[in-house]
Amino acid sequence: MRRGGKDESGLATDFPAITVRREAPVDAEATRKSFNEMSEMIVLDRLTKRFGALTAVDAVTMRVAKGEVLGFLGPNGAGKTTTMRMIAGFFEPTSGSAAVCGFDVVHAPIEVKRRIGYLPEGAPLYGDMRCDAFLEFAASIRGFSGAERRRRIDRVVEMVELGEVLARSIETLSKGFKRRVALAQALLHDPDVLILDEPTDGLDPNQKFHVREMIKAMAPTKAIVVSTHILEEVEAVCTRAAIIARGRLVADGTADSLLARLPHHNHIVVGVPQAEAPQAAALLRTLAAEDVAAAGGDVDGVATFSIAVDAIDGGLPAVAHHLKASGVTIERLYLERGRLDDVFRNLTLGADGEARP
Amino acid sequence: MRRIGAVALRELRSYFSTPVAYVFIVIFVAMSSALTFYVGGFLQRREATLEPFFMFHPWLYLLLIPAVSMRLWAEERKTGTIELLLTAPLTTAEAVVGKFLAAFAFVAVALAATLPMWVTVNILGSPDNGVIAGSYAGSLLMAGAFLAIGSCMSALTRNQVIAFILAATVCFLFTMSGLDLVLDAVRAVFPPVFADVVASLSFLSHFGSITKGVIELRDGVFFLSMIVFWLFATTVAVDLGKAR
Repeated sequence: MRRGGKDESGLATDFPAITVRREAPVDAEATRKSFNEMSEMIVLDRLTKRFGALTAVDAVTMRVAKGEVLGFLGPNGAGKTTTMRMIAGFFEPTSGSAAVCGFDVVHAPIEVKRRIGYLPEGAPLYGDMRCDAFLEFAASIRGFSGAERRRRIDRVVEMVELGEVLARSIETLSKGFKRRVALAQALLHDPDVLILDEPTDGLDPNQKFHVREMIKAMAPTKAIVVSTHILEEVEAVCTRAAIIARGRLVADGTADSLLARLPHHNHIVVGVPQAEAPQAAALLRTLAAEDVAAAGGDVDGVATFSIAVDAIDGGLPAVAHHLKASGVTIERLYLERGRLDDVFRNLTLGADGEARP
Repeated sequence: MRRIGAVALRELRSYFSTPVAYVFIVIFVAMSSALTFYVGGFLQRREATLEPFFMFHPWLYLLLIPAVSMRLWAEERKTGTIELLLTAPLTTAEAVVGKFLAAFAFVAVALAATLPMWVTVNILGSPDNGVIAGSYAGSLLMAGAFLAIGSCMSALTRNQVIAFILAATVCFLFTMSGLDLVLDAVRAVFPPVFADVVASLSFLSHFGSITKGVIELRDGVFFLSMIVFWLFATTVAVDLGKAR
């Protein structure tokens, strides 16, 4: 017969990785590593993906705990989507490992996929299906049927506000509704881990706000990874941010700890009329424990100074008080936190345009 | 099993959500009838047999089955929905089988639409209904083998036209492999034993023996094992293809 031992073994030697890996282990539970539910919902260990000569993801190591919303940042082509695809079990890692809830993505892919809600990049959907038929399919494929399926669909339809378009064909929906359908699909099974690839891309500001509120509401009981280009989103919803450039993880921390990398983070900026600049400079020097730099020079007749807030006893109120007392006109006075955009640019573009390790 | 069913049901629904399904069924029924009467000489034979009906099935399938199978995987890859499908908790093999079953059920519906032929021949005479039943089963199995080849070709590309042409070509080679057109070329290059192997893979000769009333297990097994082999190849192709 055509399918003899020869054919099978011939193919098996040609594609050893695939034939071995596709078989789900009989007892997936046995392959589960003991894991700490609170701190290790997602564990990436030197996760690497190569496409031929291109290393798309290069030894990324990180953890996401329950209750965390990780903002996954990086320029286009940095490896965000590839990383997320590996966590979701669509791509197999070239080396290193990824585990979700203690299950390895290569050895127990089905267990991993059961626990993940995944919104793929661009929210691909079956355009020729009706919205309700699609959600029924998404529920059935996850093993729900009958009243349970009905209940779960009703729940997500309410969550993402899809009620009015349920009977419409998906290809006729607006971009915002399509994104919400894809999001509904990811939430049907109330997963422990959510992987959302650009969930607010293409939404209008109200819809963005709505999606962010939803993510925040779900955050306490799940581990969520959100990739985005919009840095304000990181501060709005994420408890932590990871920045990836050219496949390498270049930063991982809270928004504040990333901002702290900026040279002008937490600096008091003082602006006075040019004529009063020497007086202000002298005053500030007496207050500050370090040298005061004239930061801004002359802009529209206003000279600006920048002093680290830590260098001044009493901080910003003290500066305000002393300037006022000495009769200097205050044109500007604020605490500079810095912007994540600057952190992002600094980290993803080195002087030579190369990603910094 | 339930997950295979969910995939199959969705796929089947999508066949009927476009006019493609109805066009296919109408064309299949019209062409198979027209060929039977005008080319096969059904009435001139003055015999109660459906052989002139079944003898054209391999050629009809050659043209029409790639049209059914071309979208199976190529479209998923083109629109990116393959990412949704393969990140759902099911194995690639389950997805491959589910999609195949949908296409298979669809072709079965088209084939069932020709059942009036069977009724007609019973009104006109007294045919050997066992042979006709066997021929229907054989035709369906052969369609399955064509579909499995088409499914594999569809998994190799994201372009449906390319999938169609690849499937038609490979199906053509398997259909023709019993004829001298192919065998002479094989004999010229390889030792005679290869020609025998190639000839034994011919869809025409396996199907021909079924429609002539020689219903042997080995012909059924041949088509079934073709289906299994090509679905296995599809699974490999899908797994390799998604990494690009």
